Amino acid sequence: MSKITVDARRLLCPMPVIRVQNQVKELEPGTLVEAICTDPGALSDIPAWARINGHKILETRSSDDEHIILLEVGA
Amino acid sequence: MTKQYKAAALISGGLDSMLAAKAIQEQGVLVEGLNFFTGFCVEGHTHAIRKKDRAKPKRNNALWVAEQLGMKLHFVDVVDEYKEVLFNPKHGYGANLNPCLDCKIFMVHKALDWVRENDFDFIITGEVIGQRPMSQRKDTMPVVARESGADDLLLRPLCAKNLPPTKPEREGWVDREALYDFSGRNRKPQMALARQFGFEDYAQPAGGCCFLTDAQYSVKLADLWKGRGNKEYELDDIMLLKVGRHLRPSPGYKVIISREEGEGNFLQGYRGHYLSLKTTSHPGPLALVDGEVNEQELELVARLVARYSQGRSAEQVTLEVREKGGETRTIKVAPMQPHEIPEEWYL
Repeated sequence: MSKITVDARRLLCPMPVIRVQNQVKELEPGTLVEAICTDPGALSDIPAWARINGHKILETRSSDDEHIILLEVGA
Repeated sequence: MTKQYKAAALISGGLDSMLAAKAIQEQGVLVEGLNFFTGFCVEGHTHAIRKKDRAKPKRNNALWVAEQLGMKLHFVDVVDEYKEVLFNPKHGYGANLNPCLDCKIFMVHKALDWVRENDFDFIITGEVIGQRPMSQRKDTMPVVARESGADDLLLRPLCAKNLPPTKPEREGWVDREALYDFSGRNRKPQMALARQFGFEDYAQPAGGCCFLTDAQYSVKLADLWKGRGNKEYELDDIMLLKVGRHLRPSPGYKVIISREEGEGNFLQGYRGHYLSLKTTSHPGPLALVDGEVNEQELELVARLVARYSQGRSAEQVTLEVREKGGETRTIKVAPMQPHEIPEEWYL
């Protein structure tokens, strides 16, 4: 299963969501997308965006000032 | 088989667009939301930056609304395209640098593009006649429909009965009788409809969704343009206007000084783009210099930054000066005294 990384560090919401959204548009269902963010708002915004648009959040984690959201592109 | 009609709703995250989308969903229409990001949207960025505010829960209201309504939401990045709206608003600015009518025309036009590309049928907004002094008046609402190109594909469910029937109403895609006749600035009808729909929680009424309506922010933006001699800006520029103290000691440069640790961390990310100063002998702020400074001006900036450090009462404060390219040197200065900082420097 392929994985794409979206570097959304230093971006403030909703830009991390927009970066993920624009990347996901280009991907096949089942692809994994890992977003690396520094705005803690992304921890709630990206999962919310994923839920309403049919994608699956696999993991969220934070270390120091970085937040990682891993999702699987839905159909 | 009956056709499934589809509408794109402009979703700001406020109550009115939420109610408008819900009203049309109730009629069996498939509604998906659009949220346009201009760069000036109020999205709790200050909270995201400031360390003391980071623990406070924060949500994107447009996403939250979409989730409450069980509909998809599409963000549209219009940062670059929006510049033309802001630089040359055909219908002028509001009280500050808010080009509300041109902005609404632009967004409805973008929504029309989206509707055509995605095979949707019409557009809905939460506009209410008389609610806003510029973009939501009886005489300007037809202007939005006409100049956006949406014409009668633009339906305003909350005040539809006060307006001529649109195509979705005439063709029976929606039932006009089940729409509303709200008008004016009174929010009670919206509150009552929210209760009827079972919405107990929603973002507080519209008006505060755009930094361009903010007087202080507009002053800083106008100063940015004046300082650069043109109206250009990048997303980073307009984000930086939300952070720190901004002081302009001279037309040729301004200084952005962090007010707390979170802002300092945020400004840290811009050290490759601006000359920066940081106190080293005492805890203190990080400052960026936007513009070119000579040695004399640099010393003045250093004294200013030292003033906002914990060494403000010391005889001398040491600062690290970092060039955009990364070269560093130290400078020792006497902190500026409050009476030496003219009020007009503050933006």
